Amino acid sequence: MNNEIIYSVIAIGIGSIMLIMAVIAILNNKLSVAIIAAGVVSLFASVLFLLMSAPDVAMTEAAIGSGLSTLIFFYVLNKIKRQNA
Amino acid sequence: MLRNFLIALVLASFGFIFYNLYNSYEPQTELTGIAAHYAENGASEVGAANLVTAVVVSYRSFDTLGEITILFLTAAIISFFLKLSKEDEERVIIHRGTSELLKTASQLLIPLMFLFGIYVFINGHLTPGGGFQGGAIIASAVVLAIMANPNMTINHNVIIWVESISGVSVVLIGVLGIVLGGGFLDSTLDGYGLGEFGTIFSAGTIPIIYSLVGLKVGAELSNILNMYQKSQKEV
Repeated sequence: MNNEIIYSVIAIGIGSIMLIMAVIAILNNKLSVAIIAAGVVSLFASVLFLLMSAPDVAMTEAAIGSGLSTLIFFYVLNKIKRQNA
Repeated sequence: MLRNFLIALVLASFGFIFYNLYNSYEPQTELTGIAAHYAENGASEVGAANLVTAVVVSYRSFDTLGEITILFLTAAIISFFLKLSKEDEERVIIHRGTSELLKTASQLLIPLMFLFGIYVFINGHLTPGGGFQGGAIIASAVVLAIMANPNMTINHNVIIWVESISGVSVVLIGVLGIVLGGGFLDSTLDGYGLGEFGTIFSAGTIPIIYSLVGLKVGAELSNILNMYQKSQKEV
């Protein structure tokens, strides 16, 4: 019973961090900050997947969601910036 | 005004739909239908300790073949659109210096990450993870290498050969299932290939297929990153 309460508190905390980061990603004017915030959403989502006992999904999310896609977004951002300059 | 009203209307209807969904949701206490069959007979029929892998590579392996094809197409399309002209290819851009910390850490971490990725896809039938996860971990090792040394180039021929050979081998092993087992992509090979439950050499062709998938996914994702890295040369 006690474990369940701790589990819910951690899950709600991670969920609210994800929500805050998602709102930052939408509303922030600086694109680099928005990309980082979107990566943080994926990172905490992977922790949440691990808590929900889906370690394989968590691995994929951590590697692709927060690693590779963030890097690809930065590559594209760099290219757009240079073409606009 | 009208626009805001419409947006509010759409949001309210979404809220209504999701509230009804939430209200009518009752968690199931036991598995039903085909899921119960998988959970009960998965270990004895397929021989994989990891039931997720048993479903992904044996029961639903046709889906996995489709996923591999989709990833291959994505990599091909990205390489097609990011292809550079000869002049751009030869241009050398001077990057801002990488920090000493990143360079030193990458020398230690990259071999370990490669090793962990290989571990994940070889043990796909025993521990959580599998070909896609292992491939993604290998690709993250490549990311670290590119970040530590931005002028690094990946040998294109190696990637093409690894990718093609593993892709063809997966299909060939699938055809082997028709000859020896119950059908296309049957991993058990009619019960002969099962081995001892819980060891590396068990579960029929699952470890081989997942290793090939891992190599293929790792090569494809590395190729995509390499194309993006190269495309920065274009003015």
